[in-house]
Amino acid sequence: MDMQAPAASRTTRRARGLTKVYASGEVEVHALRGVDLELAHGELVVLLGPSGSGKSTLLNILGGLDTCSSGSVLFRDQPLGAMDERMLTAYRRRHVGFVFQFYNLIPSLTALENVALVTEIATNPMAPAEALALVGLAARLGHFPAQLSGGEQQRVAIARAIAKRPDILLCDEPTGALDSTTGVLVLEAIEHIHAELGTTTVLITHNAVIAGMADRVLVMADGRIQEERRPPRRIRARELSW
Amino acid sequence: MRPLNRKLLRDLWRLRAQVIAIALVMASGVGLMCMSLTSIEALGDTAEAYYERYRFADVFARVERAPEQLAERLRLLPGVEAVSTRVVKNAVLDVAGFEEPVIGQLVSLPDDPASALNQVALTRGRLPQAAGECVLAEPFATAHGLEPGMKLRAIMNSHWQELRVVGLGLSPEYVYTIGPGALMPDDLRYGVIWVGGKTLQAAWDLEGAFNDVSLALLRGASAEALLPQLDQLLARYGGVGAIARKDQLSNWFLMNEIEQLKSLASILPTIFLAVAAFLTHMVLSRLIAVERSEIGLLKAFGYTDRAIAWHYIKLVLGIGMVGIVLGCALGWWLGLVNTRLYAEFYRFPFLLYAPGPAPFVLASLASLGAGLIGALGSVRAAAALPPAEAMRPPAPPLFRRSGLPAAGLLRGLDQPSRILLRQIARWPVRSFATSLGIGMAVAVLVSAMMWMDAIDHITDVYFLQAQGQDVTVGFTDPRPRSAERELGRIDGVLGTEPLRMVPARLHAGAREKRQPLQGVPARQQLQHVFDASGHALEMPPGGLVISTMLAQLLGVKAGDLVEAEVLEGRRPRLQLPVAATFETYIGSPAYIDIDALNRLMLEQDSITAVQLRLDPDRRQAVFRRLKETPRIAFITLKDAAVHSFHDTLARTLLIYVSFFVVFACTLAFGVTYNAARIALSERGRELATLRVLGFTRAEISYILLGEVGLLGFAALPLGCFMGYLVARIMVGSFTTELFRIPLAIQASTYAVAMLIGLGATLASALLVRRRVDRLDLIAVLKTRE
Ligand SMILES: Nc1ncnc2c1ncn2[C@@H]1O[C@H](COP(=O)(O)OP(=O)(O)O)[C@@H](O)[C@H]1O
Ligand SMILES: [Mg+2]
Repeated sequence: MDMQAPAASRTTRRARGLTKVYASGEVEVHALRGVDLELAHGELVVLLGPSGSGKSTLLNILGGLDTCSSGSVLFRDQPLGAMDERMLTAYRRRHVGFVFQFYNLIPSLTALENVALVTEIATNPMAPAEALALVGLAARLGHFPAQLSGGEQQRVAIARAIAKRPDILLCDEPTGALDSTTGVLVLEAIEHIHAELGTTTVLITHNAVIAGMADRVLVMADGRIQEERRPPRRIRARELSW
Repeated sequence: MRPLNRKLLRDLWRLRAQVIAIALVMASGVGLMCMSLTSIEALGDTAEAYYERYRFADVFARVERAPEQLAERLRLLPGVEAVSTRVVKNAVLDVAGFEEPVIGQLVSLPDDPASALNQVALTRGRLPQAAGECVLAEPFATAHGLEPGMKLRAIMNSHWQELRVVGLGLSPEYVYTIGPGALMPDDLRYGVIWVGGKTLQAAWDLEGAFNDVSLALLRGASAEALLPQLDQLLARYGGVGAIARKDQLSNWFLMNEIEQLKSLASILPTIFLAVAAFLTHMVLSRLIAVERSEIGLLKAFGYTDRAIAWHYIKLVLGIGMVGIVLGCALGWWLGLVNTRLYAEFYRFPFLLYAPGPAPFVLASLASLGAGLIGALGSVRAAAALPPAEAMRPPAPPLFRRSGLPAAGLLRGLDQPSRILLRQIARWPVRSFATSLGIGMAVAVLVSAMMWMDAIDHITDVYFLQAQGQDVTVGFTDPRPRSAERELGRIDGVLGTEPLRMVPARLHAGAREKRQPLQGVPARQQLQHVFDASGHALEMPPGGLVISTMLAQLLGVKAGDLVEAEVLEGRRPRLQLPVAATFETYIGSPAYIDIDALNRLMLEQDSITAVQLRLDPDRRQAVFRRLKETPRIAFITLKDAAVHSFHDTLARTLLIYVSFFVVFACTLAFGVTYNAARIALSERGRELATLRVLGFTRAEISYILLGEVGLLGFAALPLGCFMGYLVARIMVGSFTTELFRIPLAIQASTYAVAMLIGLGATLASALLVRRRVDRLDLIAVLKTRE
């Protein structure tokens, strides 16, 4: 995977006719039923939809964690579906930043070390301390996860995700486990990073209020993208509340 | 089925790999214990039945010549039930097709064999009826391919005499048969021959007389009380001191073997059961940690603390049952193998291997006990969990920077290595226990393989370095010095050295010990008096040089006086100073300068044996001449002695060592596999997260298995050290008057033990690695811990 994208393309990921069928035993679950999607460089997309509508499945496929049952995802003209396990690992390592609902920090590493964990294996990372400063945690570098609040842990997770300068940041319900005030702080961090680094960001939520901060909102239901809208005006995260 | 019991079965099934790993370790312990206990029982029962059925005597005495009427007087001694007299003589044999000299112990048979003591258990043919007929000891016959109907020749008192084989047999007196100067049975060169009629009496001019007497005692009579009276009666007939059954050579070896099995039954199984207890503890604590909220829920529903505790105890009992069933089956089989191996050296006409329930019950209880001790802490913790707290997830583990004493060490390390090290430092006790467990495997190996080193060492020091002779020729009675010169003149003999052996009883204060005095030249040229540390000792002109074992038995040290009560010739009582003591592995010898000894005996220069050095090309010629030489009681070939000692023992030991390699691998496997599986269960989420972040399988395996690997490496020196300690304990418990096992563990033994330990650790780590590769990446993102 070379780093030079074709100059003509402003699209970073292109999904066509994605389906995903989970066959667990006798029941087949159709998690995705034909999704077409294009992500442009630098946009902040919110995926909105009720629980079980297929948001995480779509995000996982985009992030190279999961493979689709049919259809294709193109990354710089390369189909993710054609990559083997090793190449997918390399893809995640170089190009994707993940933020999860439950932070998933390594308990035995400090905030700084959790970030360093990823920068060590990246090609052109920023300094871990710099990443933590971006999310407003410059003062908590030496703390272990058990010594941080949920919101702080999530901001460490964001710093960890963006420190390697990924070209896409995938956040799956990053505020799902947080109260409104703390959640806003986390969203502010994501917004700040998006503004500073211009990283393409996909943010999953079932909370319609959060959709206000997006460039583009995709509403999912029952494994399909049901509606796409562009809010007339982006609302600052600080002004959100639920 | 009650739902909780169903859960129990599912848990056992889900944890089956770990359950089996623990059960295997338990089974090793149970198996070893059963093996030792069933062998003890089998050997004990067999010996007892054998002794009883074939009337093994209680007291034995040798004289030069005593009239047959003396037997009547012996029968009247208090406590004596029966008396058997006979003639026992050593003789050089000529066995067709065997060049080297063979020594036979010729034993006369009584007129009425059915009522005598020490009866022959015929395995083929019949008992002799006429003069010149004989029964051969079965092992000797088998070694030479001799069968009833064949013939062999023996030099009886200077004359060749032909013996016709009419049967093969065994005797309770010769369960373990070793020739003079030998340490192990050598059925080719030494055998027992029961000769019928008055053949021996006629050959040695012993008509109406005997030179050997056995006595059976009435039930409850004490041999110790009889011995002094017997010695007094026999002294004038050349008695060299009667011995009780416990000191009879064959029986001594057999009983000593049983004693050693007892120490084996306790030392090694303890290691395995201790590790099994630790593994049970590890697995159960993890299970209970995972099931915290279920426990809380059950309690909220009204289950009592006892019901919860009983539930987990049943799980441990379940693991224990698997271990016990495997272990008992293994133990039964090992016991049989072991007993059969013994039967190669200890010859019985029948083998009673019908172990009762006792060994199995005992071993099972021990292993269940170990499992329950291991479970105790975690079960109690589970029972004590307050329901409300149990239903909250446990707080994430708090790591500290100061967790590692040398935090500076971390600087410059990559994050995965930090994770690995902090993990160890966060649970130091568990980590240490894991190392200890793997170390135990290495220790078991070291303590098993050290036996090989020990026999190598004994062979080297006792035989190769100390013994420069090729052959030792022993005479039936003391001979003048000229006998040595005569042997020296044989073509092919390059050098000779005299030996004068005088039977004696040594006294020091109230202590005494039957120990012949060995007169050797002041400076030995062939057979050296060798210290265990490899120094040749010179004989001081007027004193004894005694082994430390003898010094210990008599409670004397260099400079003290020892009284030697000589048991032949004029029977002088000599006051001899102890000039020096030395360490040796075999026996408790006492040496003295040969000239000094002859002076003290007030005799002409006499000798009882000669050491010979041979021209290797003319050995056969020398052997032919020796076979023609009269009045020879034994001929010991050093090569053969080395061979029978080293190779026979090594072959047997190899069987045991290979058992122990399997056991040790089981141990290392059980510990490593469980440690890695538990780490994986605790940290699966963490590892999957790393995979999501772009770490490769190899990189996350490094974090998980690197931890186990590091603990494994730390275990190696620990294991070697523990192996050394266990070896010391074993060597200590195997020390007898007759043998000391040198603690001479070779570097290569440690190396091999470490390699095997490491190999087993690696193999089990690889099994877990397969699971690491199958981590579900998506599931971890959804669920909270
Ligand atoms: N591993 C799986 N096996 C079977 N069904 C699954 C699996 N993962 C997700 N699903 C199903 O796929 C559907 C979409 O799931 P998901 O993408 O997680 O939804 P969302 O993130 O929008 O809540 C749901 O019905 C869910 O039950
Ligand atoms: Mg979801």
